[in-house]
Amino acid sequence: MSESSKPIDASRRDFLTKAGTTAGAAAVAPGVFLSVTANAKPADERVSGEKRWGILVDTNKCASGCNDCVTACEQENGWGSSEPNSNAEQQAHWIRSVEIKNKSTGFAKTLPMMCQHCETAPCVDVCPTGASFRRADGIVLVDKHICIGCRYCMMACPYKARSFVHEDLHDQKPWAPRGKGTVESCTLCVHRVDEGRIPACVESCSAENHNALVFGDLYDENSEISKELKAQDSVEIRADLGLNTGVRYRGI
Amino acid sequence: MSPSSPARLLFAIVLSLLLLPLAATADSDDDEGKDPLPFSSLSFPEPARHFSATQKCVQPESEMRRNHMKYILHQRDETMHQGVRTRQYSLEECVNCHASKNDEGEYLPVNGPDQFCSSCHSYAAVNIDCFQCHATKPVRTSTLQTQSSRNHDAPHLLASEGQAK
Repeated sequence: MSESSKPIDASRRDFLTKAGTTAGAAAVAPGVFLSVTANAKPADERVSGEKRWGILVDTNKCASGCNDCVTACEQENGWGSSEPNSNAEQQAHWIRSVEIKNKSTGFAKTLPMMCQHCETAPCVDVCPTGASFRRADGIVLVDKHICIGCRYCMMACPYKARSFVHEDLHDQKPWAPRGKGTVESCTLCVHRVDEGRIPACVESCSAENHNALVFGDLYDENSEISKELKAQDSVEIRADLGLNTGVRYRGI
Repeated sequence: MSPSSPARLLFAIVLSLLLLPLAATADSDDDEGKDPLPFSSLSFPEPARHFSATQKCVQPESEMRRNHMKYILHQRDETMHQGVRTRQYSLEECVNCHASKNDEGEYLPVNGPDQFCSSCHSYAAVNIDCFQCHATKPVRTSTLQTQSSRNHDAPHLLASEGQAK
């Protein structure tokens, strides 16, 4: 076994996980959360294909009218009110709250819709410059240094996950650079994940005690997400496309 | 008229143009410590100096003047594609150190007029694209001081170029 092989260095990380890993956040003291998971990597280490990050969305736990994950994403990544002059339909939507309704019965529910971080991502396939790419650990990103703003990826995406910035932006977050003329989408909070933290949407969902979102390593069979996926049924949206998405849903 | 006279005239003009820099530097020879480059007596703007009082730059000043863009470019690709998030050569740490405050104590954009980045870049007529997307003001506190104690190696792309003293 090489040094970098899969199992987590348990002895080093045990003290963090002992306080409970419901959402990957360990309570240090009342009201104080240490949101470092057992999966933190050193800053100078490259990501590897030994992990694959994913999210399980249990729509049964999604409170009707709840928008916390969207708000948390807006605040974390600095989108939402950043493009006042753009058409409402063209504004950034890294994550959306979508209402689905069964027309025959009238039953309706809401679910969060964002980049599904496909294994065989159509956006990566069609990108003419290589700007749209999939990181070794399964996170699909746009390298905005290379993006020419052609928007092929937006057309290719079956989930309408991507958006295009139409106007000059100011006061971006240092950890989430965004700019006019480039395409963007959910990054699975890659800046947080690299530090061993969980995405902002998942954190906010747990903070509200809804716990509809579970984040973790799909390749680690001891991770909470893998156990959940094994224990109960879940689906990929548009599974017929065979994209092997990193985001799975329950209750739809 | 001799056929070579236009050529001679041209030669004389070219020669006088070539000698012009020598004439310009001749009168500044007595200024010790000044840059001995041609036209150095011409006025040229002093870059706005906004440094942290406690944090030294990640490389010697002369090295950074010449090669800062290479360090940033190298870091950019490693961070974007491989998730390497060391702070040593990150653009955010450049901004953390080099942004200055106004009289009210608020940070000014580092690419604003007469600020650290733009003062040199406008003189050199080199456009900076970084800040169309990247933050221009410090947001998070610097972690560089703890990082720099780890004694990072320079990226291999610069290893062959040697480091100026």
